[in-house]
Amino acid sequence: MDLPLIWAFIIAFAVFAYVVMDGFDLGIGVLFPGFAVGEERDSAMNSIAPVWDGNETWLVLGGGGLFAAFPLAYAVVLPATYPLIIAMLLGLVFRGVAFEFRWRDPAHRAFWDLAFTGGSLLAAMTQGMILGALLQGIEIDGRNYAGSWWNWLTPYTLLTGLGTVAGYALLGSTWLVWKLEGPAQDHARRMAFRAAIATLAMLAAVSLYTVFLDAQYFDRWFSMPSVLFAANVPLLTAIIAFLLFRGLAKGWEVAPFWLSLGLFFLGMAGLGLSMYPYIVPDQITIWDAAAPDSSQVFMLVGVAITLPLILAYTGWAYWVFRGKVGHEGYH
Amino acid sequence: MLQELDAILLARIQFAFTVSFHFIFPAFSIGLASYLAVLEGLWLKTGEQRYHDLFKYWVKIFAVAFAMGVVSGIVMSYQFGTNWAVFSDRAGPVIGPLMAYEVLTAFFLEAGFLGVMLFGMEKVGRKLHFAATCMVALGTFISAFWILSVNSWMHTPTGFVMGDNGQFLPGESWWDIVFNPSFPYRLVHTVIAAYLTTAFAVGGVGAWHLLKDRTNAHARTMFSMAMWMAALVAPVQIFAGDMHGLNTLEHQPAKVMAMEGHYRSHPEGAPLILFGIPDSEAETVSYAIEIPKASSLILKHDPDAPLAGLDTIPEEDRPPVGIVFWSFRVMVGIGFAMLGIGLWSLVARWRGRLYDWRWLHRGALAMAPSGFVAVLAGWITTEVGRQPWTVYGLLRTADSASPLDAPAVATSLVAFVVVYFAVFGAGTWYILKLMAKSPHPGERGVKIGERGPIRTAGITPGPTQNPGDPDSLPRNRKEAE
Repeated sequence: MDLPLIWAFIIAFAVFAYVVMDGFDLGIGVLFPGFAVGEERDSAMNSIAPVWDGNETWLVLGGGGLFAAFPLAYAVVLPATYPLIIAMLLGLVFRGVAFEFRWRDPAHRAFWDLAFTGGSLLAAMTQGMILGALLQGIEIDGRNYAGSWWNWLTPYTLLTGLGTVAGYALLGSTWLVWKLEGPAQDHARRMAFRAAIATLAMLAAVSLYTVFLDAQYFDRWFSMPSVLFAANVPLLTAIIAFLLFRGLAKGWEVAPFWLSLGLFFLGMAGLGLSMYPYIVPDQITIWDAAAPDSSQVFMLVGVAITLPLILAYTGWAYWVFRGKVGHEGYH
Repeated sequence: MLQELDAILLARIQFAFTVSFHFIFPAFSIGLASYLAVLEGLWLKTGEQRYHDLFKYWVKIFAVAFAMGVVSGIVMSYQFGTNWAVFSDRAGPVIGPLMAYEVLTAFFLEAGFLGVMLFGMEKVGRKLHFAATCMVALGTFISAFWILSVNSWMHTPTGFVMGDNGQFLPGESWWDIVFNPSFPYRLVHTVIAAYLTTAFAVGGVGAWHLLKDRTNAHARTMFSMAMWMAALVAPVQIFAGDMHGLNTLEHQPAKVMAMEGHYRSHPEGAPLILFGIPDSEAETVSYAIEIPKASSLILKHDPDAPLAGLDTIPEEDRPPVGIVFWSFRVMVGIGFAMLGIGLWSLVARWRGRLYDWRWLHRGALAMAPSGFVAVLAGWITTEVGRQPWTVYGLLRTADSASPLDAPAVATSLVAFVVVYFAVFGAGTWYILKLMAKSPHPGERGVKIGERGPIRTAGITPGPTQNPGDPDSLPRNRKEAE
């Protein structure tokens, strides 16, 4: 049993679960100014109020899991992306409290709505940039980060950041197509259309940039035998994109969200294809960074027992708040 | 070299700042979650509306405090990597899994059931809702369990072996790591502290409303419940704190020396210094008021027992005395003041004056924030007292930090300070505003879409015409009747 490999999948799962779940509620934050003050904004907020906290817990699992299973990677990547991490955390502070504060203080609701948007935008942008900084490579000396505190800032990371913002906006808008009705839903659908175009454009740009960023990435995508698998990714992306546009045009309500998730899943698969077996590209493999077997086994027991339970009660919480949400809340 | 030292000092300040700010919220929400579970349980058992009203009154405050706890907690889970990367790399294999368990067994539990607890009463029914409340309360406790195990391991590391690459690696049994020697004491002392903190916050709010209207039945109930907690739990806490102190004496004697202000060894019984001004230059406590041999009596249960002082500890291994000496006295002083309020309330109860003894209410009101101060003072005592180590005796704080430039750490520190004071200041203000409102029959719970015209109809009859302050209307009408 290859423990580090299992753990790499668990971390990847946590990151994907995070992107899937917090992605749409960050996306709603990004799109928030586009919604009319009053009913539209209230219902958008209501659709995520009961679940946002659980969604963000996956980020803690991703970070905590990385710390526990691959401490060396955690200790290298976080200092390397230091300002991005801090900015992301502060963004999450602003948007997280806005859920409560905007109802508590009607006189300053405009301010907390702005905090919700600004925080969400900052978090989405920095998350994409962290990924970009990882992909473009990190300077290491021994077991430590050896670069300066601005190495992460390049055109490439700006592009990955914007791509993530666009993708989250797509998730958020398609989520709202599912959860809202009437004119608000129409509004969300128009946003989803634009977000889908932006996401696909960014996806293409980031993919091309990545492939030409480093010869190794190029080889992975265009040499035998990996090309046999790799070629399917853009193909499937094209099919899903076609269905997504068709669904939005035809007024499908639920499918666009799941199709958008499909795009993210393919992006994630492509990412795995580019990075494996490295956790810090070209420098640290998952086996280099792995905690000893004892640590990984101990946690694996916990994951095996708790993860099904977590998925079950998280699913239940979503089920409780299923269906269309009005601006009046769930009553 | 100077640059490096500065970055470390800044990183220490940043960690102290973010963790202190963070802990205020869990200290409240651990206790409050249990209190809410008790209130809802009493409501289901007795059917008395009063308990349901109180539940809905406090759950609004809980929601705000919990949100702040969550966002400040996410920051903590990344502080280890951003500012203490060397520590993370070296201690990660041992403490990382414990923190992963905290996420898996506590954070998801809290977050998963919080939505139902706050918004789901009409969706899932009373019993399932009560179960959700209990799950949130259980989650806060499990969270305390794991994170205090991690913290305790850093104080009293056991059950590990050193790897060739400098990492602390798990030894034969995880049991030895999780249940390290200081953990049971720290867990009990900290969880009771959270309960007491909440009890005094609740009691202070009850006292405030009794001072305004001593017939307020809801204020009476919360005040009475809080005073029972104070009377019963404050003595338990003093005992638990004493046990924790003895455990510290065994494993971290230098910390106790700093707490006691014992610069010099006392071969024939050490005095208990009540007050004084520690002077680390001269290695003496000036203007000391002391009880001869009392320290030996407390710590060794023998007035003549010899007690070693900081002169037995190499200078580079000594903790800063001044901070530890003072923060310890603040904590202990508040502990005894809490006991005083608890005993006073028993006298008041016995005399039948619990609800109309104004000075008791004023005292309880003054003590409302005392738990938070005591909790922070206690953490400062234990954490500053363990310096200069992150893993006690094995890894120095100076060797634990990330290889960061001082300006990076300084910038982020400033950002944290500004944002935390602004955001959590606003949140605290909202909590105080909620507390200032009188608890009343027909209390509303947390509502998403607070001002919506239809949503509240089933809960409170028609309070929504006044968009400025929807809560004030039913109360005013009640008072007018």
